[in-house]
Amino acid sequence: MPLVEVSHLVKQFTRGAGLFHGGTTVTAVDDVSFAIAEGETFGLVGESGSGKTTTGRCMLRLVEPTSGEVRFRGENVLAFPRARMRQARRDMQIVFQDPYSSLNPRMRARQIVEEPLVIHRIGSRAERRARVAELFELVGLNAAHLERYPHEFSGGQRQRIGLARALALNPSFLILDEPVSALDVSIQAQVINLLMDLQQRLKLTYLFIAHDLRLVEHICSRVAVMYLGKIVEMAPTAALFAAPQHAYTRALLSAIPIPDPDAPRQRIVLDPATVNRDASLREISAGHFAAV
Amino acid sequence: MPSLNQEDAPLLRVDRLTTVFDTARGPVPAVDAVSFEIRAGETLGLVGESGSGKSVTALSIIRLVQPPGRIASGRVMFKGRDLMTLGEREMQRVRGADISLIFQEPMTALNPVFRIGDQIAETLLVHGRATRRDARAKSIALLRSVRIPNADSRIDDYPHQLSGGLRQRVMIAIALACQPALVIADEPTTALDVTIQAEILDLLREMKSALGLSLLLITHDLGVVAGTADRVAVMYAGRIVETGPVRAIFRHPGHPYTRGLLASMPGGRPGERLRAIDGSVPLLGELPPGCAFTPRCPDRFDRCPTAPPPDYPVGAGQEAKCYLHDPAARRPADGSRQPERDAAR
Repeated sequence: MPLVEVSHLVKQFTRGAGLFHGGTTVTAVDDVSFAIAEGETFGLVGESGSGKTTTGRCMLRLVEPTSGEVRFRGENVLAFPRARMRQARRDMQIVFQDPYSSLNPRMRARQIVEEPLVIHRIGSRAERRARVAELFELVGLNAAHLERYPHEFSGGQRQRIGLARALALNPSFLILDEPVSALDVSIQAQVINLLMDLQQRLKLTYLFIAHDLRLVEHICSRVAVMYLGKIVEMAPTAALFAAPQHAYTRALLSAIPIPDPDAPRQRIVLDPATVNRDASLREISAGHFAAV
Repeated sequence: MPSLNQEDAPLLRVDRLTTVFDTARGPVPAVDAVSFEIRAGETLGLVGESGSGKSVTALSIIRLVQPPGRIASGRVMFKGRDLMTLGEREMQRVRGADISLIFQEPMTALNPVFRIGDQIAETLLVHGRATRRDARAKSIALLRSVRIPNADSRIDDYPHQLSGGLRQRVMIAIALACQPALVIADEPTTALDVTIQAEILDLLREMKSALGLSLLLITHDLGVVAGTADRVAVMYAGRIVETGPVRAIFRHPGHPYTRGLLASMPGGRPGERLRAIDGSVPLLGELPPGCAFTPRCPDRFDRCPTAPPPDYPVGAGQEAKCYLHDPAARRPADGSRQPERDAAR
């Protein structure tokens, strides 16, 4: 049984609805299905507006999906009542893209990391303090800086604080929503290494949402490519990069800037008119699905 | 404008440019004695992380640094004139007409309350490149040249009606309106999706060769530099630590910082640990003594913190500010080891 299983997930937003008119409906996530095995890093890639971030947020019900199922250890979390959902969130956490806006600037680093423990009424004051110190060490932060405010940390350190907070409740599943794209190149590698270490030590399962395909190729075992709200291709990472099947995947891969001045550059341009939006995923080879 | 381009004179020569920010603790250099050249028709990639001073360098060249920043010293020779000595009126004629700028975020660089056609026409009119009568036709032609579809109706759009990619095309059209000799593009594709980024880079390359202009491309992305630049300058903590032809920089990086940047990119065996650079970029005003990269440098030795190293030749047209390359010095045992030669991929 996969740890997480998303089936036929749909999220529609209504725009410009007023008292006397219904507005227009935008389908941000359009019948999305995938499963993530325990211990796996599953990549969700796509460009802005593809629905990848909304998919992640629907899975934790940070936005309520319109329809579909999200099964976690076999149970449909979309059917959970409030209290049960709160319980479930202990096991499913998210790390946001922007470490500058996702940490409360008025709280000290210690309070930010401790807050989930307080909310879930875990441990005594002393036990919580000890746990925070342990988490600080786990993510490579200096415990001497516990009482500092977010602005006193660099971007990479702030992302470590966000990670410590996400790990406070010992989750088994983490959604990483563009966790390093706001960081400098030399810092990105540090955080990626930390994420890989933590996954091994804590047996974590990751959903890695990203637009940086070089990074996805490096750390994900399987990848799904989203285009206009739908998954158009899903495959083991090596297969997807070696033999992309969907026209959009090909265009996307050919646009990656290669850090080699002698690399051949042959860009494939996508003609959106040629994409059959009604095609459904079919299995091209073992585990490799494409909507072609 | 006098024409004084001898064959070998660079179009732009920045000479020991220093821009400081005045703080309560005194002036802090954001750009520290930066020197480089751009020849006619050449693209120089200026690479650095946030806070390295690359954007302040660009603003200093066209003298648009805002207080508390100020240009403290140095020369910026453009077509034989020192831009630092020009009066403000003369400098205004240079900006937009001879040197133009493309910013990272086209939504904030374009004025949201004016139609894009009016914003292009304004540039043309201010610099006397069009009359009221033909400004519209010339603006449409410019939009066509940057391949904006339906240019004759798009010209009446407001910026918010365009996608990010189209807005950046409009910015490029404005930048090219007066046929400048030099375009400075500051992270022109950073806010864009990867497929749109590739289109904009293609357009910049095309425009550059079609119009014979020179390009100063400022970016943090070595992948962007590899496919676009002829030469590369790497900035760290306000200083240019290495310059060289693009191939040399990627194949035989001379400075440990350049090597670290290249090595830290994903591209090895999947799942392998990345070779990260330790520590973080120092804050302005808290630079370590000597070479500012010393505390993070895997190759540091006793000489590094003594004084900032000068440029040492590394290869043909390649220089690095690193004592490892001092031909006069006896190298310490661990400093003499050959830098890793593997390319990024």
